[in-house]
Amino acid sequence: MSYKYSNRGNIVKIIFIAVGVIFVLRLSMLQLFDKEYKEKAMNQSLRNITQYPARGLMYDRNGGLLVYNEAVYDLMVIPRMVKDLDTAYFCQALGITREEFDTRMQKAYTYSPYSASIFKKQISKEEFGRWESLLYKFKGFYISKRTLRLYGRPIAAHVLGYVGEVNEHDLEENPYYKRGDYIGKSGLEAAYEKELRGMKGKKVMQVDVHNREIGSYMHGEQDTMPIEGMNLYTTIDPDLQEFAEKVMANKRGCIVAIEPSTGEVLTLMSAPSYDPNLLVGRVRGENFTKLNEDIAKPLFNRALQAQYPPGSIFKVAQAMVALHLGAITPSTGFVCDKILGCHNHPSARNVQEAIKMSCNPYFYYTYRRVIQPGKYKNVNDDCHYGLSVWRDYIMRFGFGQRLPIDLANVKPGNIPDTNFYNKWYGRNGWNFRTIYSNSIGQGEVEVVPLQMANLACIVANRGYYYTPHLVRYYGPDSTKNPEFYTKHETGIERHYFDIAAAGMYDVVHGAGGTAHKADIPGIAVCGKTGTAENYGNDHSVFIAFAPKDNPKIAVAVYVENAQGGGGTWAAPIASLVIEKYLKGEIERKDMEKYYTDVNPCQKLPLTRRVKRPHHR
Amino acid sequence: MIQNEQKRFDWLAIGLYLGIVLFGWLNIYAACYDEMHAAVFDFSRQHGKQLIWMGVAFLVAVCVLLIQPRVFSNASYIIYGVVLVLLVATLFIGTVTNGGQSWIDFGAFKFQPSEFAKFATALIVAKYMSAIDIDINRTNTKLVLSALVLIPAGLIFLQHDTGSALVFASFLLPFFREGLSKYILIVGVLAVALFVSALLINKYILIGIILVGCLFYLFVWLSKRNSKSYWHTVIFFIVCSLFVFSVDFTFENILETHQRNRIYVLLGKVEDPTGVGYNVNQAKIAIGSGGLVGKGFLNGTITKADFVPEQETDFIFCTVGEEWGFIGSLLLIAAYVLLLVHLITMAERQRSTFSRFYGYCVASILFFHFFVNVGMVLGLVPVIGIPLPFFSYGGSSLIAFTLLLFIFIRQDADRNALI
Repeated sequence: MSYKYSNRGNIVKIIFIAVGVIFVLRLSMLQLFDKEYKEKAMNQSLRNITQYPARGLMYDRNGGLLVYNEAVYDLMVIPRMVKDLDTAYFCQALGITREEFDTRMQKAYTYSPYSASIFKKQISKEEFGRWESLLYKFKGFYISKRTLRLYGRPIAAHVLGYVGEVNEHDLEENPYYKRGDYIGKSGLEAAYEKELRGMKGKKVMQVDVHNREIGSYMHGEQDTMPIEGMNLYTTIDPDLQEFAEKVMANKRGCIVAIEPSTGEVLTLMSAPSYDPNLLVGRVRGENFTKLNEDIAKPLFNRALQAQYPPGSIFKVAQAMVALHLGAITPSTGFVCDKILGCHNHPSARNVQEAIKMSCNPYFYYTYRRVIQPGKYKNVNDDCHYGLSVWRDYIMRFGFGQRLPIDLANVKPGNIPDTNFYNKWYGRNGWNFRTIYSNSIGQGEVEVVPLQMANLACIVANRGYYYTPHLVRYYGPDSTKNPEFYTKHETGIERHYFDIAAAGMYDVVHGAGGTAHKADIPGIAVCGKTGTAENYGNDHSVFIAFAPKDNPKIAVAVYVENAQGGGGTWAAPIASLVIEKYLKGEIERKDMEKYYTDVNPCQKLPLTRRVKRPHHR
Repeated sequence: MIQNEQKRFDWLAIGLYLGIVLFGWLNIYAACYDEMHAAVFDFSRQHGKQLIWMGVAFLVAVCVLLIQPRVFSNASYIIYGVVLVLLVATLFIGTVTNGGQSWIDFGAFKFQPSEFAKFATALIVAKYMSAIDIDINRTNTKLVLSALVLIPAGLIFLQHDTGSALVFASFLLPFFREGLSKYILIVGVLAVALFVSALLINKYILIGIILVGCLFYLFVWLSKRNSKSYWHTVIFFIVCSLFVFSVDFTFENILETHQRNRIYVLLGKVEDPTGVGYNVNQAKIAIGSGGLVGKGFLNGTITKADFVPEQETDFIFCTVGEEWGFIGSLLLIAAYVLLLVHLITMAERQRSTFSRFYGYCVASILFFHFFVNVGMVLGLVPVIGIPLPFFSYGGSSLIAFTLLLFIFIRQDADRNALI
């Protein structure tokens, strides 16, 4: 019987082998042909941990720290890993009560027993230092380090800008950023975002089914180290910046001060300003809303974004262009016939006097010669030609274009061209009489205060400028932006600018000058007043440079809605700024006090109360 | 014969056994590996404990090889009786692990009598079959054999260890070899096919298909028809129909919820990778991520990270798939198939019915475990919690399988003797 069925042994063997073959086929499907499982495995068992580099620091022109990072610590807990905890001891070390401990622990447990949640947020370095050495006793707790931006002095908020969490737009624009990352939102933080942020590093960790990290993947072969952010070496003079902000504290307007020989911006402020520390850490969101809704617009950087009619200061540029084009000579005189309305002064016998006295009719007639040079018989054709030539030269002063300063959102202002007027009036619908307001810096001409300060630089340099900039160089290799080291010539003869400088000297020092309040004993200040007409009260404008020969500083001051002309408010403030910079101290204490305290502007609430930053 | 004791142990079987055990240990080590507990002789960890079990198992193997094979056939009634007593005892004093009450706790270690029930049953059935003039196709014999197999299976079923109880179905193969009608196997296969079909498609359509099949058999396939063939077909059709209608009842009332879910997951009727389908889905991910050559020893990310539950025991094959890849898995499957086929070859060369039948039992039990365990991990068989022989973590199963195998290797060494 035993041999009767021995062939059945082969059937059994065939069954065994068949099952083996089926298994191997199934395996080959899973392991060789189906990529789906490989990807799934990758996703669920590896976790990329981003390692954040420290953001670059910012220094002032003297090497002092303007912006730095402060480490704050979040105490994290993984509830499931808390073991053998001496709770009373732990609470004592942390300075919390037992009840607090229980609620926080319960909250963490509810979130997830296996993954980390914040037990205590933003612990200061000092507090952390007190129990750092005890941390090893608290199993399941660990410290997560974060950095906050801090400011050495509460100044230059508009220049430095602020950082904030990336928004949808940033995420779409640049794949470098992930949700929750920080990005420079304004000021230098935004302009030098790429340099400041450094490069994120990556650590690949294996995680288990409960999302617990269980070690590094491939011994860290795929990890990358973060690259530290680069430091910025700015051109800001912190003492001058602080002084300017103090003087402008209860006014609206702005001050821009530039070193003419280099284009380095010494001070750039916009009033009302705010303490940059307000936009850091946990109080940021709340404060931002308040600042953003404030009707005095503290977040608005007037120095770069407010496009005002320049007023009389524009006459300096007008005179230079007219001289160069031969429309007038240095000794051309015009009778002050009050055709435009003018203050009471003797007629200007030459360009220098015209600048000193800021004679409106003088520049009306000068501008007419520029716009209607008599090249074409048809007056419209002639104006088209004249305006084009004029615009070409006036643009060389940096007007009508965005000055490529290293801050975003610079406004270009407006120098109207023929198209501009053609659109308004039609090809033959306009001529000099339509546009004569431009002659005295009114009408369609608009500039931003930065361009005004740049005009002062051009006169100070007698005909050229360097693009105003805020960063000398950055990073470990002292990288420089070549744009900032390129001379921009106006192409107008130097001796004409000597006349302008002399005229501006007379504005402050000469008989009949409009800005004697800008006089500083012992310093040859050259300046030009301006009063920009406005729907409300006029704006008070003053540009200046000093000393006359070999100038060290050029400055533009703009006070919004200030009653009285440029000589009344802007000129004395500018002189204080110049004195502060050249002498280091203000000797005219009474004047300093008066112009600091006075509030010439129309009554407007300046800033609302904002919450103080928590960590300071 | 005793004087001329030139023992010819089958070194191929022993070699395959040793290879599988050692490879198994490597994978247990990898499965519970973490950098904090890398020491090989850490007896608080599973890989350390398994080392002890391996030591015990090897000792058992050596002892078995030194004992006269006659001892086991003579003691088979006693062994069977002791195991039955232990199984009954387990029902009363057993500890519950993973829903099954199948462990007797001795304090220092736990012991699973159901693992030993397999070889005890194999011994007694072989003993019974080796009697002179046994005809398996006689009803009496069938009843006795059924009782011998079903009593331990039933006791294990009562312990809620359905997987281990199902293992006793593997005795059908040795019976088949000894002359059990092939129709019983065919009926078995047909029953499984009908069961699965009834779950997948509408019952009336299924019965319609069966009807068409029967009519086709009668009027197209058969060239000569007589009343007998008509009756057979009609009975076949009625039985099939009743079976199909009983599937729902069986499924809803006899199977437990988790068993129903496991079957649904296998059939793709339930897609729930985080719930009931979690194990199988994670197992497939672990194996699939291994690719051709695997991630390398100790470099598995899924299995190391506890994604796969029960990975040292029932899901150990995942670790092989992940860390050793297709090539490693292929070699392991080849080793098992080679061992199984070789066991059949060995069984066929026995002179005694006892040895031959016992050999078939060994091969069949191992095959059932192999088929169900690997099939489950690969998603071909519903999840049934039984270990991979010689490979999974667990002392009772390793020692029991070692006993099972080495008793046969010992008998094979004396294969020319009539026991």
